[in-house]
Amino acid sequence: MLSVGLSIVSLARFQFAMTTVFHFFFVPFSIGMGFLVAIMETIYAVKKDKVYLDMAKFWGKIFLLSFAVGIVTGIIQEFQFGMNWSEYSRFMGDVFGAPLAIEALLAFFIESVFIGIWMFTWDRFKPGVHAFMIWMTSIGTMLSAIWILAANSFMQHPTGFKINNTTGRIQLTDFGAVITNPQLWKVFPHVILAAFMTAAVVITGMSAWGLLRKKKDENHFFKKSLRFGLWASLIFAILSAGAGDLQTQQIIKDQPMKFAATEGIYNTTKDPAPWTVVESIDAKNHKSSNAVEIPKVLSILAYHKTSGSVKGMNEINKELHAKYDKQFGKDMDYYVPPKTLFWSFRVMTGIDALIMLVSLVGLIFSRKNKDTIENHKWMLVVLGICIWVPFIGNSAGWFITEFGRYPWIVYGLFTIAQAVSPTSTVASLLFSNILYFLLFTLLGGVMVWYSRRTLHHGPYFEEKDSIQNVDPFAKEAFEK
Amino acid sequence: MATRLIAHDLDEREALMASIGPHWDGNETWLVTAGGAMFASLPLWYASLFSGYYYVLLLVLVGLIIRGVSFEFTKHAETKTGKNIWLWAFFIGSVLPPFLLCMMLLSMVQGIPMNANGDAFPKFFDVVNWLSLVGGVAGVLLSLVHGLNFIRLRLDGPLRDRAHALNKIVYPILFAGEVVFAILVFFQTDFFTKRFASSLIITVLIVLFSLLGYYGVLKNHEGWSFAGSGLSLSMVIVLLFNGLFPRVMIATNPAHSILIKTAANSHYTLTIMTIVACVLVPIIAIYFIWSYTLFTKRINPKGNTVKY
Repeated sequence: MLSVGLSIVSLARFQFAMTTVFHFFFVPFSIGMGFLVAIMETIYAVKKDKVYLDMAKFWGKIFLLSFAVGIVTGIIQEFQFGMNWSEYSRFMGDVFGAPLAIEALLAFFIESVFIGIWMFTWDRFKPGVHAFMIWMTSIGTMLSAIWILAANSFMQHPTGFKINNTTGRIQLTDFGAVITNPQLWKVFPHVILAAFMTAAVVITGMSAWGLLRKKKDENHFFKKSLRFGLWASLIFAILSAGAGDLQTQQIIKDQPMKFAATEGIYNTTKDPAPWTVVESIDAKNHKSSNAVEIPKVLSILAYHKTSGSVKGMNEINKELHAKYDKQFGKDMDYYVPPKTLFWSFRVMTGIDALIMLVSLVGLIFSRKNKDTIENHKWMLVVLGICIWVPFIGNSAGWFITEFGRYPWIVYGLFTIAQAVSPTSTVASLLFSNILYFLLFTLLGGVMVWYSRRTLHHGPYFEEKDSIQNVDPFAKEAFEK
Repeated sequence: MATRLIAHDLDEREALMASIGPHWDGNETWLVTAGGAMFASLPLWYASLFSGYYYVLLLVLVGLIIRGVSFEFTKHAETKTGKNIWLWAFFIGSVLPPFLLCMMLLSMVQGIPMNANGDAFPKFFDVVNWLSLVGGVAGVLLSLVHGLNFIRLRLDGPLRDRAHALNKIVYPILFAGEVVFAILVFFQTDFFTKRFASSLIITVLIVLFSLLGYYGVLKNHEGWSFAGSGLSLSMVIVLLFNGLFPRVMIATNPAHSILIKTAANSHYTLTIMTIVACVLVPIIAIYFIWSYTLFTKRINPKGNTVKY
């Protein structure tokens, strides 16, 4: 029976991971795209330079595609809490439902209504007023991130609650504490800035592919977009690294096990602590070996000074047993998956550094007076391939956050194994896993395919098209 | 749904899709909000209903997903086949959710096997039976006439006429369906034994509002029709929750039914949510209605492609 019980939990976990990772391909991309398109349209409204209008329209199309897939995959997330994690919903309902409902009321309505208006009113409003619509959409997407992260931050670091003695469930006592959770205000900038960076890298990469097609009439457009994307990706890559550093400070305080695992530290380090670049981890025996270390750097990363040791997982494990054995029993395993965290952290930070470097080189190559980037095909190809890179980085970041909370679903209060629906069966979970997988493959494939073709058509496709078959009735269709 | 019933070609189907285009996302947000509000106010109900009706909600999700993406994907499809695939997705995605959600609710109100923890284990025939099927079909028909009434408001030309003509056929079927529905509710649920007067009044109201819609069809008052179908849809929901009160889920063993007061969140959380809702909903209503007023010019495809 135990093995069946375990596989229900792992199937449910797999489903959550799969649907969330897929959903989170589109979320940061849409948030970032909305923001950057809003900036483009604002520049147009101020400077009246038509190329920025073309940019807003063209990149707006890509934004709409990702937005559509982002919404529909988000509904799965909402339903999933009830469907697969009903015990979690019962336990957490008093705290968790509120941010979710407020997200819908405060954020979803703004973004969904204003995006509908924005899409269909290019010819109806003055540029400034029309730009207002996309700003509202963009603000909506960011508000949505705040509320969903408020819910997640509670799971990482519960604040403003008590345990109800009669029901054994969480009861909210201080809503203010939930929204001022220090975890939230450290994680939000990191996520948002990474989202801006993601969209900027995609704009850069797609512009690079556009430039490679060497169409004269599109050269100016793609070059402007490329420079815009390069600047944005450089700025946001630097800022998101800074925000990540602030978030790390919080994690050291609230979840030391997570931090020790991202650095692969089993035994408490010497003072000052060296930073491990790579090492081989033996998760079974709680040991690591073959470490390549740089002295003092971990102390600087962790405490912003050249001294101080960092606690290892073995010691933290003992502390957690001392703290929680009464409630959860002696058999709990408090080690988080060390390899996943260690390598995810290196992938995430490595990708951020790579993007900084590539954007900087790209900016140097595309300087205003030097029209050289078209002549450096390899550079354009590198930028084009980099499109995929931030998506891997985003997923790696969430792997750290979510795997690092193991074995709890709500830190210190409720375990993942407790949270699963008692009604779930292996059959129902397998069926839904396969169905979601097929659906996601289809949606992801179609979305990439249509984005590619939108790029292939270029920004002036519709103008060319409408010259060929003038269509007076259709144009009037949406005008007053 | 109308795309398969009154449109004759691709252009007309796309014109129909365009009529709801600026609004579908906002409309669907109400559904998402309903889920969120359920979670925020009655989490035990949310947990039991969603985990109990696993497969039904899975299919609802599939419907919502393919419908949601079909708006964007139809625009991007360039071949006839491509457009057709997404228009079919649009159609199926429009039929499944109302059918399945009504089926789920009408299955639940008949009482289903539940345990003391609140876990529901409905068997196949608890989910699929005469009442739930009739309820599902009635939900689809009500949505269809509501959609047709919206088309009559938003479009011009042959599509508007055909929507009108189809309405004349669908309404009589709907009335027959409503009568069967009322009879089945009478026998299969405890609505009329528990709250006879209010259930009867609401049932009569459903029929009256449908009649109002039909009157609007016959006299060519599109506003009346739209209001009528909208109100009768809402009355169906009122009927269900009036019958349920003070329960939110009915178990075959009455001791295991979930009551509002046990499912509800703490007073503190509910107070916060009430304040938030009272402040935000009026503001949402204002810009929601404003967004509809932006798109009042009738769409007339006349065989031309609709530009977005």
